[in-house]
Amino acid sequence: MSAYKRVLAARNNQRPDAMRYIEHMITDFVELHGDRRFSDDPAMVAGLGYFGSRCVTVLALEKGSDTPDRLRRNFGSAQPEGYRKSLWHMRQAEKFGRPVLCFVDTAGAACGVGAEERGQGQAIAENLWEMMGLRVPVLSVIIGEGGSGGALALAAASRVWMLENAIYSVLSPEGAASIIYKDAGKVVEASEALKLSAQDMLDFGVIEGILPEGEDFSQAFSALREAFEAALTGYQGMTGEQIRQERYARFRRLGGDWA
Amino acid sequence: MLRRSLFKKPNLRLEGQENTPPGDRIPVFECPQCRNKQEQPALEESLFLCARCGYHYKITARQRLGMMLDEGSFREMGARIASKDPLQFPGYQEKLKQAREQSGEKEAVITGTGSILGRPCAVFAMEHQFMMGSMGAAVGEKLTRLFERALDKCLPVVGFTVSGGARVQEGILSLMQMAKVSGAVRQHADAGLLYIAVLCDATTGGVAASFAMQADIILAEPGALIGFAGPRVIEQTTRQKLPEGFQRAEFQLDKGFVGKIVKRPEQRALLGLLLKMHTGGKDERV
Repeated sequence: MSAYKRVLAARNNQRPDAMRYIEHMITDFVELHGDRRFSDDPAMVAGLGYFGSRCVTVLALEKGSDTPDRLRRNFGSAQPEGYRKSLWHMRQAEKFGRPVLCFVDTAGAACGVGAEERGQGQAIAENLWEMMGLRVPVLSVIIGEGGSGGALALAAASRVWMLENAIYSVLSPEGAASIIYKDAGKVVEASEALKLSAQDMLDFGVIEGILPEGEDFSQAFSALREAFEAALTGYQGMTGEQIRQERYARFRRLGGDWA
Repeated sequence: MLRRSLFKKPNLRLEGQENTPPGDRIPVFECPQCRNKQEQPALEESLFLCARCGYHYKITARQRLGMMLDEGSFREMGARIASKDPLQFPGYQEKLKQAREQSGEKEAVITGTGSILGRPCAVFAMEHQFMMGSMGAAVGEKLTRLFERALDKCLPVVGFTVSGGARVQEGILSLMQMAKVSGAVRQHADAGLLYIAVLCDATTGGVAASFAMQADIILAEPGALIGFAGPRVIEQTTRQKLPEGFQRAEFQLDKGFVGKIVKRPEQRALLGLLLKMHTGGKDERV
């Protein structure tokens, strides 16, 4: 499949949105709203639930299930308050020793006057800072689009997986086309050049594995369940400090060969 | 101040520099803000501030380090680290070559150790003439090593940020540097060590969304553009004209994201004072 076809597949609104994953994988999910500072951002879903027998913190960038829902959720592009909501819940996970499961599906963090006034950069920076210090495991999966810093804010994790047709990119192909090629029409070329497929990510060592989607994504749900389960079991014998150091080591090696 | 600013004489054209005919004529600079013309010696004496409107000219990373550090104190680290081309991105090799020629630097950040008013510190300064200070694998690696060295030697870090964000030509590996550097900053912070960031024009994108905003003390140069999305992108996305001064340092101070705006000639003294206020281990400070 060409890179651009994958971009379209990753954005296809027939794909299950993050809420569907939560429904399939988490029992007794209790959604908790708000960032306790400014408002509630529907693009970021946060809450508690059980993954198997374990209580976990769940964070998800949610694009929405139909048009009104997508509009309400700003198509999964979170405002700073979305990232401050996830920050709060990560701190709660640390306090109560719960693993964090993250579902990522966003074209990128919200871009606009309000987002800038309320410190979009600072909000993402604080998430990254917090995540690099967590003593609980953080497992992330990119289920559709993994766009830029807005996606990384839920993917500075201990382990990251991607669905077969998901994409992960420093910048949208449209953005890259206009910045690099100075021609917004060159999206196909930009998609190719950016190397944003799951296989590319595996080759760069950016993700741990690729999850097959199958016909109706039921394969993806079960593959993801197994991946999460195996990873959490692996963390059982580790101390908080080891979990944290392992995460740092995971990112520490990235790019070192290319400098 | 003049001596220090000539720390390593950069053999390159600076912002606002007019074309000079061959010969020994003194280079003349025109202020991009008020069009006031000044000769190089006078401008250097004022640390590249316009005498009429106070505009802070864009300066090179080496000039900046020369202005801020004690003379002869700088020891560069990782000078040989330079980005390769991990994605084999079309045109990137050529772009890197141009950036190296234009800036006289191997990469978009200079790192090392030195002292400010006698206080030792680890320092970094980003270079706008090198692909707008963008962060790829080499910039991420240099900064990570700097924070690791500072942690190892119990040194505070003083950093001058100038960056358009993650370097698109290195794709996902650029994005990963945001997490990697954040991890190094976090480890340094957890040891009770100080990190001061001075945000310069412009600090945007992935740098604003990582280490620029993770400092204990965030200072900014007057007029510096600071934000996540660049103004052009916001205007295109929202089809809205942005107000005057949007995302400038003064705006960020007003919104609560910058602790203090400091003019260039006052930065050295303030950095020295702040370093003094944080001397001694955290256990000794009480």
